[in-house]
Amino acid sequence: MTSNASEQIEYAIEATGLTKRFGDNIAVNKLDLNIPKGSIYGFLGPNGCGKSTSIRLLTGLLEASEGDVTILGKPLLGHEESLKKRIGYMTQKFSLYDNLTVKENLDFVGAIYGFAGKRKKSRIEELLALYDLEKQAKQFAGSMSGGQKQRLALACATLHSPELLFLDEPTSAVDPENRREFWERLFDLCAAGTTILVSTHYMDEAERCHALAIMEDGNKRADGSPQALMDAMPATVVEVSGNKLRQLKQTLTQHPEILSAAQIGAHLRVLIKKKVLDPLGFISELSDGRETILARPSLEDVFVTCTGGRHGD
Amino acid sequence: MGISMWIRVYAIFVKELKQLSRDKMTFGMIIMIPLVQLMLFGYAINTDARHIPVGLVDLSQTSESRAVEHALVATQSVDFIARYRSIKDAEVAITKGEIRAVLYLPADMTRRLFNHPLYDHKQIDSPLTLPIGQWIVDGSDTVIASTIRALRNMPLDEVANHTTIRTAPSFEVVQYFNPEQRTVVNIVPGLVAVILTMTMILFTSSAIVREHEHGNMEFLITTPVRPMELMIGKIAPYVLVGLSQVAIILSVGHWVFSVPIKGSLLSLLGGSILFIFASLTLGLVLSTIAKTQLQAMQMTIFILLPSILLSGFMFPYDAMPVAAQWIAEALPVTHFMRMIRAIALRDASLLLLGKDALWLGLFTIGGIIIASLRFKKKLG
Ligand SMILES: Nc1ncnc2c1ncn2[C@@H]1O[C@H](COP(=O)(O)OP(=O)(O)O)[C@@H](O)[C@H]1O
Ligand SMILES: [Mg+2]
Repeated sequence: MTSNASEQIEYAIEATGLTKRFGDNIAVNKLDLNIPKGSIYGFLGPNGCGKSTSIRLLTGLLEASEGDVTILGKPLLGHEESLKKRIGYMTQKFSLYDNLTVKENLDFVGAIYGFAGKRKKSRIEELLALYDLEKQAKQFAGSMSGGQKQRLALACATLHSPELLFLDEPTSAVDPENRREFWERLFDLCAAGTTILVSTHYMDEAERCHALAIMEDGNKRADGSPQALMDAMPATVVEVSGNKLRQLKQTLTQHPEILSAAQIGAHLRVLIKKKVLDPLGFISELSDGRETILARPSLEDVFVTCTGGRHGD
Repeated sequence: MGISMWIRVYAIFVKELKQLSRDKMTFGMIIMIPLVQLMLFGYAINTDARHIPVGLVDLSQTSESRAVEHALVATQSVDFIARYRSIKDAEVAITKGEIRAVLYLPADMTRRLFNHPLYDHKQIDSPLTLPIGQWIVDGSDTVIASTIRALRNMPLDEVANHTTIRTAPSFEVVQYFNPEQRTVVNIVPGLVAVILTMTMILFTSSAIVREHEHGNMEFLITTPVRPMELMIGKIAPYVLVGLSQVAIILSVGHWVFSVPIKGSLLSLLGGSILFIFASLTLGLVLSTIAKTQLQAMQMTIFILLPSILLSGFMFPYDAMPVAAQWIAEALPVTHFMRMIRAIALRDASLLLLGKDALWLGLFTIGGIIIASLRFKKKLG
């Protein structure tokens, strides 16, 4: 990306040095973000790595210990209230009312965002149809399935057509089929111009994002588009097949040039540092003539490479 | 701007009412708490003790001693349920709790009786004057003890079988408002105050804390809802709840326990609303301190105990030490206790109770200011 082009990019979220401490525990450490408008951006990382805390900082829910945030071109500090009309937030935990029906929940959220009368009615009908909740309209939210709850939460978070949407692990309680459907809706929203920030610990979901940040212990370990991350990965992937792979794994992981070895089905997937010039030969030598082939890197490989203390060099 | 604020307040109000009407437990409590407590207190609490079970040790065994016994039974204060041969036996019975007191009539009771000034006013202040008997009382219950103490100067004319000349009383007592001296008349209006304290503080404090606990607040904070709107919308339904509780208690008290409602309904309504607001804001302040519903409950109990014990509900306010009166003055319930008893029982107008009304108003305003300062639209 040339500096010329980047000047024209409008950012929905800009953050520099964003830090949040809870006592001695640093939940988010010097996070820098530049998320272009109209894109889907992912936070990928295990539980406790600071995804929710980062989102809470960016929505103004939590006060940052340090750092600056600009949301939709306005500094967050001092503009929290006016920005609230322009952002939507779907919390990790279901945050609507279990003992209200789907329709009542939507009615409530609609009124909160200043919708009334015909305008509210037609918007709610539109959302019920879009998120396939028409049959559940009179059902209590608490009695719905994970997928239905999640669609209701998304409907509520997007009721006021926000320009920027935060989704905190939206699909963690949802089956794969519903997850695919859900992502279709996200791409629809994105096509309509909404910027989406979504956190996840699923690799396949992260792969659908335009760009993502890999997070660990409050630090951003790497960021970029999935393809760029895979291309820039400082490791080569070799797949070894044969017998006694568990034993081979033991010997391989002790080698300093080898970042990781993980058994996947009948293969051993080995990540070797880029500085090893002939990775195939290197592995063949170590694995007593078992079959070795070069493999395409996956996002998981990127994740493994840059976390767990392996990101250093 | 102004309109959308009221739309939001109304939306929260409607939502809260719907949730309340679906929470069968809470809804039941709103009606059952006043009813059950009213029945309990109305029938059970009685500070004028009657028919106290007592024992008798009669060493005199004369017609006079039987006359004394009959005279005592006639007062209805005591029932002689057992006789003992010696004081020792009777003391054991008191310790076991079988009787609350014992009357000891000595063998020379008849002689003492004839020498007694209340029996025969000839020998006033004679050195020969001795009490005709002795009460030994389990003093741990002060109500019972004072009832028995009141028997000390019981006239002995029935025993004497002729009219004795009684000394003229120093004071004449005329009972205004509650001539029959029924405790329930004072208890029912007081119960309004105590029950409102309990339900109003508990419901509001847990209503707000619940939104935090269930995670609803995290979403609400990112919407344009303002703290003041949230607070108004959330407590408004409980004003209705409080007023219906006042109506339940006073009407059941009126029809079941014949408690007079002398004051105007308007004063009653005005006083109740003032107190409901004061209690609701107290609940709001607690909700900004409590993190869980359990904590909110504990804080409510912390407020509730002094509200019952110091407000004048159980013990007369005027009999308390000054320090306790100060604490009592700080509690909204003390002021309402005075107001509702005055309005319901003595037909006082709200204007006559201006000081208490003003204090409740100021408490409400102060509470709202503190609550909205403390209520941050932030997490953590
Ligand atoms: N309110 C809080 N008080 C103290 N520590 C917190 C709080 N919220 C989060 N943390 C800590 O911050 C870290 C990141 O948490 P979180 O952002 O929830 O992670 P994630 O959403 O990625 O699972 C964790 O170590 C967590 O214990
Ligand atoms: Mg999280």
